[in-house]
Amino acid sequence: MLLDVRNLKKSFGDVAILDGASFDVDAGQTLALTGESGSGKSTLLHIVGGLEPSDGGSVEIDGQPLAPMGDGERARLRRDAIGLVFQQFNLIPSLDAASNIAFQARLAGRADAGWIRELTGRLGLTEHAAKYPEELSGGQQQRVAIGRALAARPRLILADEPTGNLDEDTGDIVFDLLLSLTRDAGAGLLIVTHSERLAARAERRLHLSHGKVAA
Amino acid sequence: MTAAILSALLSHWRRKPFQLATLILGLALATALWSGVQAINAEARQSYARAAEVVGGGGLDELVHLGGSPIPVETYAALRRGGWRVSPVVEGWIFGEGGRVRLLGIDPLTAPPDTRAAEAAADLGLTEFLGDGGAVLAAPTTAERLSDLNARVEPIDGLAPGIAFADLDVALELLETEGFSRLIVHPEQPLRQAPIAEIAPNLERRAPDAAEDLARLTDSFHLNLTAFGLLSFAVGLFIVNGAVGLAFEQRRPVFRTLRAIGVTSRQLVLFLTIELTVLALIAGALGIGLGYLVAAALLPDVAATLRGLYGATVEGALTLSPVWWALGFVIALLGTALASANALWRVARLSPLAAAKPRAWSRASAGTSQTQLILSALCLAVSLGALVIGGGLISGFLLLGGLLLAAALALPATLSAILGLAERTAKGPISEWFWADTRQQLPGLSLALMALLLALAANIGVGTMVQSFRETFTGWLDQRLASEIYVTAESEAQVPDMLAFLEPRTDAILPIWDTEGEVLGAPAEIYGVVDHPTYRDSWPLLHAVPDVWNRIADGDGALVNEQLARREDLAPGSTLPMPGGWETTVTGVYSDYGNPLGQVIIPKDILVARYPDVERTNFGLRVPKDEIDAVRTALVVEFGLPPDNMIDQASLKAFSLQVFERTFAVTGALNVLTLGVAGLAILTSLLTLAAMRLPQLAPVWALGLTRERLGRIELLRSLVLAALTFVLAIPVGLILAWVLLAVINVEAFGWRLPMMLFPLDWLWLGALSLLAAGLASLWPARRLASRPPADLIRVFANER
Repeated sequence: MLLDVRNLKKSFGDVAILDGASFDVDAGQTLALTGESGSGKSTLLHIVGGLEPSDGGSVEIDGQPLAPMGDGERARLRRDAIGLVFQQFNLIPSLDAASNIAFQARLAGRADAGWIRELTGRLGLTEHAAKYPEELSGGQQQRVAIGRALAARPRLILADEPTGNLDEDTGDIVFDLLLSLTRDAGAGLLIVTHSERLAARAERRLHLSHGKVAA
Repeated sequence: MTAAILSALLSHWRRKPFQLATLILGLALATALWSGVQAINAEARQSYARAAEVVGGGGLDELVHLGGSPIPVETYAALRRGGWRVSPVVEGWIFGEGGRVRLLGIDPLTAPPDTRAAEAAADLGLTEFLGDGGAVLAAPTTAERLSDLNARVEPIDGLAPGIAFADLDVALELLETEGFSRLIVHPEQPLRQAPIAEIAPNLERRAPDAAEDLARLTDSFHLNLTAFGLLSFAVGLFIVNGAVGLAFEQRRPVFRTLRAIGVTSRQLVLFLTIELTVLALIAGALGIGLGYLVAAALLPDVAATLRGLYGATVEGALTLSPVWWALGFVIALLGTALASANALWRVARLSPLAAAKPRAWSRASAGTSQTQLILSALCLAVSLGALVIGGGLISGFLLLGGLLLAAALALPATLSAILGLAERTAKGPISEWFWADTRQQLPGLSLALMALLLALAANIGVGTMVQSFRETFTGWLDQRLASEIYVTAESEAQVPDMLAFLEPRTDAILPIWDTEGEVLGAPAEIYGVVDHPTYRDSWPLLHAVPDVWNRIADGDGALVNEQLARREDLAPGSTLPMPGGWETTVTGVYSDYGNPLGQVIIPKDILVARYPDVERTNFGLRVPKDEIDAVRTALVVEFGLPPDNMIDQASLKAFSLQVFERTFAVTGALNVLTLGVAGLAILTSLLTLAAMRLPQLAPVWALGLTRERLGRIELLRSLVLAALTFVLAIPVGLILAWVLLAVINVEAFGWRLPMMLFPLDWLWLGALSLLAAGLASLWPARRLASRPPADLIRVFANER
C-alpha cells in the first residue's frame, strides 16, 4: 500500500475539521476526494504531504509513518517521494518554465534529462520552456506545475484543486494530462476537488463530510 | 464622506504600525542629520558675525601700514591734523590661564559709535571703562579664561567669544607694544582733506573685506559639513521613499475601491497629501529634537576644528533661532514631498479598474532599470562637465554629487548583471534558484542598497582622504618640526646672554623670526631662515630650483607655501613682489598644511634688512634628545624663563595631531551615522519584503527545503548583496577620495595631498558592512525560520 491514512484528526480551535478520516491509496491508483468548501479537503492533503501536523491518527507513505518525523525528514520525504500540485500553481517566479519543471527532480538528485524533455513535450511546453511564470497563461502555469510534480518520478502525487483556477476547457485538458502522465509514471494520485464531474474520472472517489471520509 | 475616506486610508497604519514607525523614523533621521549640521553652521556663522562686528569696526575702511609695521602715533596725529576722522586700534594676543585671547585696544572717544566695541564701552560707562586702571571687556566665557590677567576684566553679554577689548593705553600696556595696528576710517569725513598718500605715504586704505575673511575662510569647512548633512539626508530619504512606496502599493486595492465608489482622483491625492503632511510634521518635530542632540554632541569638536584650522572662535553652546526650527519642518516637508512625489503621481493616474498588484512595488520593470541607467549617465555627464568646465568649490561638490548619484543609480543594473552571470554559471538547483531569486529581490532592495553604496563610498572616500592626510601630515610634522626645543625669549634684551649660554649646550640655534605683511593683495607671514642642514635635509619642498638652499645661503630667493603658490599661480622662477616695495624670486614651494595664510620664507639677513622692526625673540634649538630636559631646566634656572616660553617638539607634535584628530572627529561621526542609517534602510526593506516573500518561498519549502535552511539562505542573500555592494563601493569611494584630495581640498584649503591606499581599512569597513547587513537580516531570517507551517500553507490555500 502506497498511502495509508488511519483515523486522522485535526481541529482549529474548537472546530474539528478532520474527525477520524481513514482511507488508502495503492501504487498507480487514482483517488479523488470531494467535499464542500471548508470541509477540510486541503487540510487533509497538507497533512498527507507533511506540510502540516495532525492532532491524532496516522499517515504512512510506503510504510513510513509521518508522525515521528521532524521538519527535516518531512522535507526530505516531500522532495524524494511526493509531487505537489496546487490550485494557485505556486511556481517559483524567479525561474523559467524549464527550470521550474526540473527543480524538484534536481533537488532530489534524480534529474533525468530525457524524461524531463519528454514531459515538457507532452505538456505542450517546449515552446514556452524559456518563459517565466508571469509570461505564461494560467493553463500553461498549471502544466508547468504538473511537470514539476512528475519530473522526479515520485511515488505519490498530491493535487489540490488543480483546475480550480482554470476555465472548463483548459481545466479538462490539464486534468487529462495529469491523469495520463500519473498513470504512465506508475504513481499514486490523490486529487482533491469539489467538481463531481472531474472526480468521476478518477478510479476511486471518496467524499469528505463532517471530518469523516465516506465512499 | 471625509471621515469615511480618512478612516479607510488611515486604517492601513493601524494594521501596519511597523511600517508607520519606519516611515517616521526614516524621515526623522534624515531631518535630524540635516538640521544638526545646519545648527552647527548657524552657530559658527553667528560667532563670526559677532567677531566681525568687533574686529572690523562694523564694516568700515581701515588704514594699514604697507609693510605690516605698527603705525606710529605721529602718523595718526598727522592724519587727524590733515582733517581725517580716523580712530586707532591696537591688536594682539594676551594669555590667560584658560588659553589665549585676541585683545583689541580702542579709543572710546574717537571710535565710530556704532561698532559693537564702542557700544559696549558706552553701555558700561566711560568712567567704568577708563577708570581704575581701565577695564578689559569680554564675553563671560572669555572673561573666565582671563581670570588671572593683571587687569580688571568685566564680563559683558553679547560680545564675540575669544575676543576682549580695552582702552588703547590699557591694551598697549598689556600687549607690551607701541604704535597702532590700524586706523579705522569714519564713514563721515569733512569735505576737504589732504590726500592720505601725502600725509602718510606708507599707509594703505583697505576695504573691510578682512572682516569677512573668517567667514570666507571657513566657508569650505561648512560646505563640507553641509555636503555630509545632505548625504545623510539623502540616505534617510531612501528609507522614506521605500516606506511610502510600499504603503501606497499595499493600499492600492483601497484606492481602487475608493475611486470606484465615487472618490475623485483629486480628492484621493488631497487626502493622501494631508496624511503625509501630518506624518512629516510629526517626524519633523522628532527629527529637529534629534538634530539638536546631534549638534550639541558634535559642536565641541567643530569648535575645536575651527579654532585649530582657522583661529576662529565658536562658543561650545547652542543658541538656536526660531528660523532654524522652522527650517527643520520645511526640510522634513520637502523631504516627504520629494520621497512621495512619484507614489502620489501614480495614485493620481490610477484607474478605478486597475488590477491589484500587491507585489508590484517589489518588481521593477526593465524600463525602470533602463531609466535609472540613462539618469546615471546624465549625472556622470554633469559631474564630468563640472570637472572639465567648472572651477571653485561649488563645481567640486557638483562633481562629487553627480558621481555619487550616478554610481547609486547604476547600482541595480550592475548588480543585476553580476547576479545574472552568477546564475548562468551556478551549479545545482538551489544555487541556481538562489541567484535567480536574489536577482528578483533587487528591485525591492535596490533603494536600501543604493543607500548602503552611498554610505560605504562616502566612508571609503573620506577615510582615504583622512588617512592620506594623517600620513602626509605626520611626515610633514616630522619635517617641519625638526628642532627639539622652541624658545621665546622674554625680551630682545635677554637674547644675547641667552644665545651665549645656549651656544655650547646645543648643536645649532635657528632663529625663527617673522613679520606679517600683504603679499599679492592678501595677508601673509614672512619668515627668515639661516642656512642649516636642518632645512636642507628635511624642509618639505614640493618644487624647487636645483640650488635652492645655496641661493638661500647666498641671501637670494624666497620659498612660498603651497597655498600662496596655488592662489597666485607661483612656481620656481616667478617674481614675487614683497611688502615694502621690493621684489624677489620664488626658488621653491613647500607644503604647509593647516595654515590658512600665505607664507614666504626669505634669508634671515634679508628679513632683518628689509623689516628692521622684526621681533627677534624666537629660536629653534637643535639639542641631543637626552639633553632636552637639561637645557629646558637650565633656561628656567638661568633666565627665569616661564615654561610656556619653551615648547618641546614632542608636545608640539602631539598638540598638532590632537588638533588634526578633532578636525576629523566630526566627519567620522557623520560617517558612522550615515552607515547606521543605511543599515536601518536594509532592515526596514527586508522586514517589509519579508511578508511579500512568503508566496515566493512557500513553494520551495513545499518542495523540500526546511524553514531553517530557507532562513539561512535569506541571511546569505543579504550578506551576498551587501558584499557585492561593498566591492562596487570601493572604486566609487576611491574616485570620491580623489575628488576630495585633488579638487575639493585644493579649492577649499589651497593644498593638494598625495592619495594613499589603505586596503586594511577597507577590509574593516567590509566586515562592518557585512555585520550591519547580517544584523539587519538576522531578524527577518529568524522570523522565517521559526514561521509556523500554517503561515506558509496559507499561500497554497484555495480559499484565500
